[in-house]
Amino acid sequence: MHPVVRLEEIYKTYSNGEVQVHAVRGVSLDIHKGEFVAIMGSSGSGKSTLMNVLGCLDRPTRGRYLLDGVDTSHLERNERADLRNQKLGFVFQGFNLLARTTALENVELPMLYSPKRVPASEMRKRALAALKIVGLEERADHLPNQLSGGQQQRVAIARALVNQPQILLADEPTGNLDSKTSVEVMGVFQRLNDQGITIVMVTHELDIAHYCKRNLIVRDGKVVRDEFVTNRSISEVEMQKVRDAEMAAKLTHSS
Amino acid sequence: MRSILTALGIIIGVGAVIATVSIGNGAKHQVEGQIANLGQNVITVFPGTTTTGGMRGGFGSSSTLTIEDAEAIEREVIGVVAVSAEVRDRQQVLANGLNWNTTVMGESPGYLSVRAWDIDSGAMFTDADVRSTAKVAVIGQTVARELYPDMDPVGQTIRIRNLPFKILGVLKSKGFSFFGSDQDDVVIVPTTSAMRRVARRQFLSSILIQAQAPEAMARIQQDVTDLLQQRRGGREPDFTVRNQLELAEAATATSKTMTALLGSIAGVSLIVGGIGIMNIMLVSVTERTREIGIRLAIGAHDRDVRLQFLIEAMILSMLGGVLGVLFGVGASQIVAAQTGMPVLISTTSITGAVIFSAFVGIVFGFYPAHKAAQLDPIDALRFE
Repeated sequence: MHPVVRLEEIYKTYSNGEVQVHAVRGVSLDIHKGEFVAIMGSSGSGKSTLMNVLGCLDRPTRGRYLLDGVDTSHLERNERADLRNQKLGFVFQGFNLLARTTALENVELPMLYSPKRVPASEMRKRALAALKIVGLEERADHLPNQLSGGQQQRVAIARALVNQPQILLADEPTGNLDSKTSVEVMGVFQRLNDQGITIVMVTHELDIAHYCKRNLIVRDGKVVRDEFVTNRSISEVEMQKVRDAEMAAKLTHSS
Repeated sequence: MRSILTALGIIIGVGAVIATVSIGNGAKHQVEGQIANLGQNVITVFPGTTTTGGMRGGFGSSSTLTIEDAEAIEREVIGVVAVSAEVRDRQQVLANGLNWNTTVMGESPGYLSVRAWDIDSGAMFTDADVRSTAKVAVIGQTVARELYPDMDPVGQTIRIRNLPFKILGVLKSKGFSFFGSDQDDVVIVPTTSAMRRVARRQFLSSILIQAQAPEAMARIQQDVTDLLQQRRGGREPDFTVRNQLELAEAATATSKTMTALLGSIAGVSLIVGGIGIMNIMLVSVTERTREIGIRLAIGAHDRDVRLQFLIEAMILSMLGGVLGVLFGVGASQIVAAQTGMPVLISTTSITGAVIFSAFVGIVFGFYPAHKAAQLDPIDALRFE
């Protein structure tokens, strides 16, 4: 069985005026179905560029990118848009929900741009199902500013899931969240991964990366370490720890 | 709020278009009414010019149009409904111990049909009266009012050139003519009576011909020309045949020019409004760069984004168009109420203005929409 993602000698060079920036220099990588990968690295390491390439938002300067066995390197702008719509799901650091649009309508959005028309009733059904997966079906009518950060990110995850993508891409999904909500969101990712969904996320927080199954460390545009996570953090356990700590703090205060 | 301000350009533009076109149409309608007042489908034959010893007289200087010409036209030209041989003269008339200076016109009985005029009381004189050079007359409302302030003029006697004429009827009021003269200030007598007893000349001032239908006018005009030419045995034509449509065209041309002028000024304000739309859409595209980025990232095509912004621009300008129509209708009603100018609001101009405003939205929305569609999703997402 072919991997979901196969990168072969990917290079990405930006020419910024006269200066050439080599953001990614020769990354080869396979990601198989059901993996849960964290890409780590400091800022400027090239991890975001790598993510953009994985997300078909950007084309590599050199190399081949096979997504689900299909070479994406030569696709046109609109063909890549269809690919993003059908095979990829995006979760961003800043949630990126449309304001003045309910959670449900936000989740319906990708289906609006499907190459095949989805009838309205079907859109609603699928969007509600996706919201149910992230546990927010009761909040379907809420506007983003009526939801907490964690809830907004879960709506974003539902939106990413609604077209049943091959792979879920998350760019610093916990970057704007406090630690407790981060654990909560990672719990959602872990549950999804347990159901067999492939997830790739970018993070610079080591403890967040520990929730994943595989960690890639990127430095200067190259993958310098690729290892499987031993004694992985499990969100339920961590959640319990957080609660215990809160309880302890409360007890200390009251005594 | 900002949308309203933006649409204000369109609102004022459309409003101005509606108001000016309505007022212009009203004026045109009024003029057309006045032209129709002159009679339907009328062709007029005027005596032509004469040149005597190198001195050229103006229109009407030749006096060669005869009552026989009028009879020949009535007899020989097909499609003619009525003919009136006209003689005009100004006379001091006396009646009821009062006197009054008025126009005495010699006409045929067909005159009323030609002018689309009706008798108010009494009756019109007949062909027999024309043949017998009868001393009979019908008078206009003004003359009736001036000479018979307290009594019915029908059956009374009016003295023209000291000859007694029996009043057979009083005409309905026709008001002021398009040229500003009082059409009711008139005494009408049979043509023959006017020629022999009043004006004392052998020639007609003009021949009025009424055609059956507007389509027949050109042909009748030609036939009349040919006939008169033939009757003159190929001498240089000493008459002019004029068609009422020409007159109507000349008259409406003025109001048309005014409407076109005002309309084009209003059109300019629509374009200015369109630029306002373009401006706000560009701001909107910049403000919503992130949103565009999201849409592109989750699979929107260029055309999806372009369509979205085009529709927004169109809705904005159509909204302006609809409000502008209300504004324009209101403004023209106020003008009508204040100045008494006639106003004619046509549905064509309303639908035209709304469609045109939508069109303005599309034209001026295209560049911003195109700009939005060409954004790079990565840059757009990173945009703060």
